[in-house]
Amino acid sequence: MSDSQAVVPTSSHDDIRSPALLHHFATEEQQRDASSLGMWIFLGTEVMFFGGLFCAYLIYRGMYFGDFAAASTSINALLGGINTAVLICSSLTVVLAIWAAQTARRGMLLLMLVLTMIFGLAFLGIKAKEYKDKFEEHHVPGATFSFEHEQIPSHPGEYANPRHAEIFFALYFIMTGLHALHMIVGLGIFIWLFWMAWKGRFTPGYHTPLEVGGLYWHFVDIIWIFLFPLLYLIHVHT
Amino acid sequence: MQGLTSDHIVPLRVYFLVAIALFVLLALTIAVAHIDLGPFNIAAALAIAVIKMVLVVLFFMHVKYSSKLVALFAAGGVFWLAILFMFTLSDFLTR
Repeated sequence: MSDSQAVVPTSSHDDIRSPALLHHFATEEQQRDASSLGMWIFLGTEVMFFGGLFCAYLIYRGMYFGDFAAASTSINALLGGINTAVLICSSLTVVLAIWAAQTARRGMLLLMLVLTMIFGLAFLGIKAKEYKDKFEEHHVPGATFSFEHEQIPSHPGEYANPRHAEIFFALYFIMTGLHALHMIVGLGIFIWLFWMAWKGRFTPGYHTPLEVGGLYWHFVDIIWIFLFPLLYLIHVHT
Repeated sequence: MQGLTSDHIVPLRVYFLVAIALFVLLALTIAVAHIDLGPFNIAAALAIAVIKMVLVVLFFMHVKYSSKLVALFAAGGVFWLAILFMFTLSDFLTR
C-alpha cells in the first residue's frame, strides 16, 4: 500500500464497530454530528415558516391594535397558560428521557417517553376545548363570523371593527393550528421513538434519534413560548 | 476525540433548575401582562419570551454543550428571521 493512499480514520480500529454506526460514517461522533446539524438546518427552515406568520401578525397588530386587544380578551388566557405549563413539563420529560438513555435506565426512558406523549395529548385536548368555545361564539373567520359591539379595552365607548378582529382570529387559528399540527407530528415521532426504545435500540452509545426528536419537540415548545403572550395576553390589564 | 455535538451527560439538577426557571418566567409573563406599561407591555412580553427561548436552546437543546458550529446553525435561524423582520418593517414603519 503506497503512502499516497487516502487515510482512513481509525478511531474504531481496535474495538468492535458499533452496530448502529452506518458504513459511510467514520466515527459515531461524525454520524451524530451529521444528524444534529441536519436537524438544525431543518429547524432553520421551520423558523422561517413560522416567521412569516409572526411577521404578518406584527404588521396587523401595529395597524389594528385596539381591535386585536378586544379580540384577544375573548380568548381564554387561563387555558393558554395551563398549556404553556404542560409544554414546559413535556420538554423536561424529553431531556429526562435522553438522560435515561445515556445512563442506560430502560424503565425511566420508557416512562419519560410515555409522559411526553401524555403531556402532548393534554395540550391538544385543551386546545380542542379552546377551539370548541371559539366555534360556539362564532369567532371563527368565515360566513358565520360575528364580533359586534365588542368594547376596545381601556377605550370606553369605542367598539372593535369586526373585520379587523376577524384578521386577529384568522391569525390565531392559522398560527395555533399550524403549531397543533406540529404537535401531532411530534406525537407520531415519539410513538416511533417509544417503539425503538421498547425494542432496546437505544444505548448510552447510540441515542441520536432521541436527541434529534427532542430538538423538534423543544422547537415546537419555543414557538408556543412566543404564541402565548402574543395571542393570549395582548391586553389583560384593565 | 471530541465531536461537534458532545455527548456530555448533563446533571439532572441543571434540567430541573431550567424547568423551574421556565415556570417562574411563565408566571412573570402573566404578571407583567396585568400591569399597564403602555408600549412596554409588548417589549416586556417579548423579552421574557426570548429569555425562555435562550434557556431552552442552551440547556434542553444542548447547544451549550455542543460545538460552535451547532451554535452557528442555531443562530442562523434567528439571523434570517431578523432579515425578514427588518426589511418588512423598514417598509411598513416608514409609510
